Amino acid sequence: MSAVVEVAGLCKSFGGLQVTRSVNLRVERGERHLLIGPNGAGKTTLFNLIAGDLAANSGSISLLGKPVTGTPTAARAQLGLARTYQIVTLFGRDNLLHNVKLALLGKSALRWRHWGSFDLDRTLSARALEVLDSAGLASKAQCALEQTSYGEKRRLEIAMALAQNPQVLLLDEPLAGLSPQERESVIALLRRIDPSITIIMIEHDMEVALAFADRITLLHYGQVILAGSRQDVVADPRTREIYLGH
Amino acid sequence: MRRALFAAFLALLLCLPLLTGSVYYTNLASQALIAALFALGLNLLVGYAGLTSLGHAGYLGLAAYTSGWLMTHLGWGHLAAAAAALAFSTVMAAIFGLIALRAAGISFLMITLALGQVLWGLAYRWTGVTGGDNGISGLTRPQPFGIGLGDPTHFYYFALLVFLAVWAAVAIWVRSPFGASIRGSKDQPHRMSALGYNVWLIRWITFVASGFLGAVAGLMYVYYHQFISPHSLSLANSAEMLLMVIAGGAGTLSGPVVGAALVVVLKNVASAYIDRWIMLLGFVFIIIVMFVPGGIVAGLARVRRPRLQPTRPAEKPAPLEKTT
Repeated sequence: MSAVVEVAGLCKSFGGLQVTRSVNLRVERGERHLLIGPNGAGKTTLFNLIAGDLAANSGSISLLGKPVTGTPTAARAQLGLARTYQIVTLFGRDNLLHNVKLALLGKSALRWRHWGSFDLDRTLSARALEVLDSAGLASKAQCALEQTSYGEKRRLEIAMALAQNPQVLLLDEPLAGLSPQERESVIALLRRIDPSITIIMIEHDMEVALAFADRITLLHYGQVILAGSRQDVVADPRTREIYLGH
Repeated sequence: MRRALFAAFLALLLCLPLLTGSVYYTNLASQALIAALFALGLNLLVGYAGLTSLGHAGYLGLAAYTSGWLMTHLGWGHLAAAAAALAFSTVMAAIFGLIALRAAGISFLMITLALGQVLWGLAYRWTGVTGGDNGISGLTRPQPFGIGLGDPTHFYYFALLVFLAVWAAVAIWVRSPFGASIRGSKDQPHRMSALGYNVWLIRWITFVASGFLGAVAGLMYVYYHQFISPHSLSLANSAEMLLMVIAGGAGTLSGPVVGAALVVVLKNVASAYIDRWIMLLGFVFIIIVMFVPGGIVAGLARVRRPRLQPTRPAEKPAPLEKTT
């Protein structure tokens, strides 16, 4: 099987601080891959490198078999990469429907159209409603973003990423800061994701993350300490030492 | 309500020369329309794309000088000179966009300021072409279909026609899918990239469109005054246009028009009564920024809304505890 995401010898430093040190990562199609590591291990930086928000100092990244090391973020998204953010990054002046429609428009040739109303576009609106419905947010479609709860915003983040029909999905702490009920609804949403979509997830909620993951990579000070199947990584003493802290 | 307001506004614009009955006020209205044209273009950049430019008077200057020079030095006709001026200014906007969009925020502002000052400096010092401080004078107004625009009323209707066409085009554009992506790239540029949008290209296209509309306004400006001098592309002029946009309401369709009318009226009416009218303008802006930071149009909308929607269920406080 060919790797959907392949990272080799990736390095990134901010001034004198090396946050990514020759990281290798290989994720197969449909795999649920979990990135763990203490705060500051460079997990989000690795996401930003894979997504293209940051440029690597050295090393290579390939996505779906194509080298993308120097490719801009938008082109990687067009290839089939979608992501969510650790800090909710949504269009706050608009309603939920508009947010999802922007996600749909991003992957549509319609985005270069200079006439015709975006708000009144029936095809986009209908598709966006389906997406919102699948995330249990259909009743909130016309709500302003500020009138929604944090959990709903989290679900909207995931829904927008899924709206783009991605082949690879990067989820950055989808459960962080959620109340127990909200957590359940996000977990349910995550479970419903098409199994053919490759997912790389950063998550500190071990109970959920371990149940979800096929393979795990443990990062520490920007280095891959350990990578392997869930059982192997969980059983390894270094995981306990570095991550679980006992 | 909005439609009624718009119809009333349109009717007012159409009847204005009849209502005022004086050349002075008709000319004032033409000036306001030209300023509004300019503000509409600048608003695309400032209000919709979130890129504040302080060099926009440069496009006015480019178009005005190009058409003026072509007509006086090469003897070109109005139509050819106008087409060439628009094309040249737009190409320059495309090049300036390549330079300025290397940055955003305050750096973008500084680059646009610098580019605007370069054009101003050229207009001032390149005397062989621009006439230096004296500018280019002795220009004429065009005569489309034999209608002499030398007549103030005729010119007013010509300006109104151009204004309405540009307004309609801007209205269609900002509501289109591309318009939605312009707004999106103002609010969340990183997210927009991650969603597959080429944010740089979106900004560049907006920059060029904004420069093009600046050039259209520049042509109207030079037709109106029949004269162009370096003063017209000074920093003060760029800043005044930016203030029109901000005072009226950046990122709204009608805001720049309201702002332009306000500035032109204040400038002309107040200057008849007070010497230090710029100070008055300053006070008006301070008051706007303090009390209606979103601009006059946003402020009016806020005043109007409670009357339109007297009961909003979301605003009813929920009972804190059940009494059983």
